[in-house]
Amino acid sequence: MNTILALAGVVIKELYRRKDFYVLFVLTAVITLLMGSVSFFNDAKIVRYVKEIALLLIWVSALVIAIGTTARQIPAERENRTIFPLLAKPVTRGQVLLGKFAGCWLACGLTLIVFYLFFGIVSGSREHYWPLLNFCQALWLQWIMLGVVVALVLLGSVVFAAPSSNGTISFIVVLGILLLGRHLNQVALQQPEPLRSIVYGLYFLIPHLEWYDVRDLIVYDHGLVGWVDCGLATLYAALYVALLLFGAWLVFRRKPLSL
Amino acid sequence: MKKIGPYLILLLLLAACFSLATILQQRASGWSNRGQTDNVLKILFGDGRRLFANHFFMQADVAFHGGYYPSIFDQARAPKDTRHMTAKEGEPAAEEHEKQMNFLGPPRDWIERFGRHFIVTEHTHLEGNNEREILPWLKLSAELDPQKIETYTVAAYWLRDLGKVKEAEDFLREGMRNNPDSYEILFELGRLYYQSTHDPVRARNVWELGLRKWYEQQAAHKKPDLLVLGQIAINLSRLEEKEGNLPRAIELLELSKKASPRPEALQKQIDELKQKLAAPPPAAAPQAR
Repeated sequence: MNTILALAGVVIKELYRRKDFYVLFVLTAVITLLMGSVSFFNDAKIVRYVKEIALLLIWVSALVIAIGTTARQIPAERENRTIFPLLAKPVTRGQVLLGKFAGCWLACGLTLIVFYLFFGIVSGSREHYWPLLNFCQALWLQWIMLGVVVALVLLGSVVFAAPSSNGTISFIVVLGILLLGRHLNQVALQQPEPLRSIVYGLYFLIPHLEWYDVRDLIVYDHGLVGWVDCGLATLYAALYVALLLFGAWLVFRRKPLSL
Repeated sequence: MKKIGPYLILLLLLAACFSLATILQQRASGWSNRGQTDNVLKILFGDGRRLFANHFFMQADVAFHGGYYPSIFDQARAPKDTRHMTAKEGEPAAEEHEKQMNFLGPPRDWIERFGRHFIVTEHTHLEGNNEREILPWLKLSAELDPQKIETYTVAAYWLRDLGKVKEAEDFLREGMRNNPDSYEILFELGRLYYQSTHDPVRARNVWELGLRKWYEQQAAHKKPDLLVLGQIAINLSRLEEKEGNLPRAIELLELSKKASPRPEALQKQIDELKQKLAAPPPAAAPQAR
């Protein structure tokens, strides 16, 4: 466990040493504040469009950070040949994978806390209403979703040759699931056989990341998601994380490390 | 030969750039067809901005429904017009819209059933002055596509409802500048003068102009826009009736009867007005000696 945490610590240090997070955070903050400063029909009470834009930017930024950070972990270790001294110590390949996963996932959690803190301040200062529990739930669900994304990209990083191709493919897959995942069953029903069974099979196979996107509930001030549902969604994501990490380990354990 | 310093070269280049700019600036404006009045969005997106305008208009509708809105896969059952955006509870447009928005149906599998815990599944409309939340999207939509007329009429309707009559009038005037022949905007402007600023003279002028514009554009159409014709005619007839101009009020009711799905109710009103017109004026009270 200590080995995994030590590896995770290195990834977290890398996050705050690199400029990706700062650039994305500043960009999100500037765009949100600029949009918030615009006066529409001299009405200072309009707030939901700011929340909508801010949450969209937070989602995009978090995805970029998660995919970008994870995609370069193992390829960078191999390219710099630091993977050899790392594995020469009593560290197994499985521990390397788990450490990288834990580091990337915790780093995503830290960035989400900063982003949601900013979102909470902007939203609360304009709306004078602080639904803290709703914000925490949205943060948790997004973080859980990012866990699946990190595991998926980690699997990609042992399958694909370059981090750029892995990043691009992962981004397309994740966006595809977020945009189409919910409707694949509808699409399947409109297809002739055997395409219908294939698409329906895909619908059951993919991790339904769109469940974790509760932005509309936050923007339009709806109630909380039931805690039981929240727990079940967490369990569902945990199972996919385990599955993807196991797949990554199966590929990585026999993979030649020299380039 | 004395060596020229790099700062001097930089200064020379800067002077050359400045001189060239003063010469070329006037010519450059003639190279493209863009007018000086084009805004940043038009320059950035060109005609593609209309696509974004539609998206923002739809976003206003999403906000109006508190996030409950059909996706592109449910579009067959999605609302086709914008009447529901200016309809209050109990109105026929609202009832029809209620049926249209029942697009979710029963879940097809456990994934869909479970997924519904994380989305908005209840059809509601904004209320209690929260309707203001749709205004930024409408403003953005109008900026991107100034020819999208419903943006102005919907925004003006809610601005008036929120008591922002001046802003509503300004926005409708902006719409008129961009769409000088729009009878829909003229109708909305007339409503603003009649209902909000209580100025029947201006309302009458604007509605009469709206009627003329309607005839110019729609009279020869195979499927004319009877809805707006009916709305202008009925509102104008109410105004004329209130002002005591009964023959014109009857004439307008006859016109709105042609556009109405329920002409019998209007015929009843016409008969009442005709009776009123035929009745002798009340006798003057005898003067006290």
